[in-house]
Amino acid sequence: MDWSTLLSLAPSILASALRTATPIALAAYSGVLAERAGVVNIAIEGMMLMAAMVGDLAMLYTGSIWVGIFAGLLAAGVLALLHGALSITFKTDQIISGTAINIFAMGVTGFAYKRFLATPELSRPSPSTLQPIEIPLLKDIPVLGDVLFRNRPIVYAMLILTFVIWYALFKTPWGLRVRAVGEHPKAADTMGINVYRTRYISVFLSGLLAGLAGLWFSLEQVGHFDMLMTNGKGFIGLAAMIFGKWNPLGALAAALIFGLPEAVQINLAMSMPNVPYQFMSMIPYILTIIVLTGVVGRAVSPAADGTPYNKG
Amino acid sequence: MPLALEARGITKRFPGVLANDKVDFQLEQGEIHALLGENGAGKTTLMNILYGLYKADEGEILVDGKPITMTDPKDAIRHGIGMVHQHFMLVPVMTVAENVMLGDETPTPRSAWMGPLSHLNVKAVEEKIRELSTRYGLAVDPTEYVQTLPVGVQQRVEIIKVLYRDARILILDEPTAVLTPQEAQDMFKIMQSLVDQGVSIIFITHKLKEVLAIADRITVMRAGRVVGSTTPAQATEAQLAAMMVGREVILEVKKGEAQPGAEILKVENLSVIDDRKHKAVRGVSFAVSAGEVLGVAGVQGNGQTELVEAITGLRKAESGHIHLGDTDLVNHAPRWVFEHGTAHVPEDRQKHGLVLSYSVRDNLTLVSYYQPPFSKGGVLEEDFIAANAAKLIKEFDIRTPSAQTAVSTLSGGNQQKVIVARELNRPVKLLVAAQPTRGLDVGSIEFIHHRIIEQRDAGCAVLLASAELDEILSLSDRVAVMYKGEILDILPIKEATRERVGLLMAGVQEQR
Repeated sequence: MDWSTLLSLAPSILASALRTATPIALAAYSGVLAERAGVVNIAIEGMMLMAAMVGDLAMLYTGSIWVGIFAGLLAAGVLALLHGALSITFKTDQIISGTAINIFAMGVTGFAYKRFLATPELSRPSPSTLQPIEIPLLKDIPVLGDVLFRNRPIVYAMLILTFVIWYALFKTPWGLRVRAVGEHPKAADTMGINVYRTRYISVFLSGLLAGLAGLWFSLEQVGHFDMLMTNGKGFIGLAAMIFGKWNPLGALAAALIFGLPEAVQINLAMSMPNVPYQFMSMIPYILTIIVLTGVVGRAVSPAADGTPYNKG
Repeated sequence: MPLALEARGITKRFPGVLANDKVDFQLEQGEIHALLGENGAGKTTLMNILYGLYKADEGEILVDGKPITMTDPKDAIRHGIGMVHQHFMLVPVMTVAENVMLGDETPTPRSAWMGPLSHLNVKAVEEKIRELSTRYGLAVDPTEYVQTLPVGVQQRVEIIKVLYRDARILILDEPTAVLTPQEAQDMFKIMQSLVDQGVSIIFITHKLKEVLAIADRITVMRAGRVVGSTTPAQATEAQLAAMMVGREVILEVKKGEAQPGAEILKVENLSVIDDRKHKAVRGVSFAVSAGEVLGVAGVQGNGQTELVEAITGLRKAESGHIHLGDTDLVNHAPRWVFEHGTAHVPEDRQKHGLVLSYSVRDNLTLVSYYQPPFSKGGVLEEDFIAANAAKLIKEFDIRTPSAQTAVSTLSGGNQQKVIVARELNRPVKLLVAAQPTRGLDVGSIEFIHHRIIEQRDAGCAVLLASAELDEILSLSDRVAVMYKGEILDILPIKEATRERVGLLMAGVQEQR
């Protein structure tokens, strides 16, 4: 393989990197919203899985991909409210609550898959996925057009949400309150801010983002649900959240770094038959461990992260 | 004077406690009204009710003569009531401006229609903060991050937070507890300038001198009730103390002449590095003999903390020697130090003195649990530990519902008694006490002071580090003054006048 081949593949590699980074970034934003408000959400993986399954099921029975998307988001939102109730109202350990939801989601989606989605008598129409939208004019920009402006909807949604969430968190009254609640809930309470309500809203929004990340798998990428298809991307998303220092802009950069090795592997599998593909798949996980050991500067989590608030 | 705020017949019950019992309280417009009482007397509960954090079981609250209903702090803020809490309610990682506007954010005019998602108008808030800080003499830079500010400045931020909401009634919950004497003086100037501009202030404290210096009126609470009101002109410290505690309190420590014996502690040329890698103690030398109290005076942060930590084994010494009798204890572990006859009452009682989630009983055995008769063959002797706890609770008058109660639920005074009881429950040659009465009420202070003198008279060497000049002057037999890590001078108590020690604390050395 020579450099000219590599160069000609670059746009294609970058485009796949953006694609594979999409669920990781959305999972990271999901984590950012919950943890900035002081609730640890390790149930993102489970919420993603649930949304992926429910989305496919709803699409199959109604024939509409948009109903599928709505149902998937709703399912993840309901799981998030369950996590909220357990960790905000009932003040259980948030890691335990998150783990329980992950296991629950694995079980339910596995069962539903076998019972409803993998039966031989089921005659599936050809897989239906969200189709790419090409943005006129912009799509013709060399390299950039291929990478940024010929994508499917959830990729665009992810890019737009990056800035929306960043703006909302750091430039608006709502964001100021969310951050205060995650850092020093008692201080927020004494200033008349409803700590519980603020946390519930953040956790619910966190669930919707996890849901969107899950729907990327079943409705945008593959076209149907497979068992455990989210493949740990929810956890990689949490690593991207830490790498990005609980800031959506940083989290996007981290998600792209984590997505790149997979993109390289997809595009160069043919050119590098001697490198087992597992090595490439390992890179995000190795990066995650390096990030977590604090090589990239110490990441400080919100001070009240994971601590239930007791009023009065 | 018309009343700014009135509470009538406020009653508040917590499980097992009557925190406020038919409390009446009146705040006149433009006065500084001191609310005095021991820890647990119900002052903070009453203020939390006036600020809407708790709901009263009975009683009513009137602002400007009109009854109001209050369900949360928002109502209080709307009625012009603001509160500065004893533990600051500031988010350390946010700027001053962000902290000030939190909960009452100003949007830019063009984005106002977006409600909670409008654009924060940081510039306007910073402008208003600058305006308030010039008007009331509260120097603060609104763009600074709170975590980088000294405690005194953080307190100003808290006051600005309240003024930003146009409060006319200000509740200050023990504002001087965390301040150095100089900062406290600044605080009083600020309070005076607030009152001059029409603010009415409720000032919660248990420091009698402050009350007499600054208050217009004084109300004293005890055990959930108001026991009386007076003015500084009519009251003396002793009367106020008796009202607070419900009995005569001896404010002056009664002690005889010291009978110094053999030298117990000898510190030679000791240097210690602090957490920020600065030299906090610079070549300090002194000695303490059996049967005397050496007081270490100094403004907080002049190396006293590090000195005490080095002597008790909590911090490594960079160079020098610390002799306890014949043994050099420099750089030995804390256990080794206390096994050689040192008792330590640490500066931060909650961080270094107690395991907060443990029971009173278990905290009383923290330095001895591994030795017989507290344990045998690696197994705790529960019966002996329980008997030991019962004995100490009685002897040291620790007010706790039971020996099994978590020590975190006790008042500061009782927590300190647990530490003192534990540390003095074994033969000690040296007692190192750092800020032993910080934040305690007069009753507890009297008790702790009495115990320290008792130790001295029993032949123990006492090293007392305190930022309270009164405490140093009333307990010490000799006074060492620390300034920037050095001991400027050691004075016999007869020569240690308030002025002379005060000057030394400020780093002014006399020409000889």
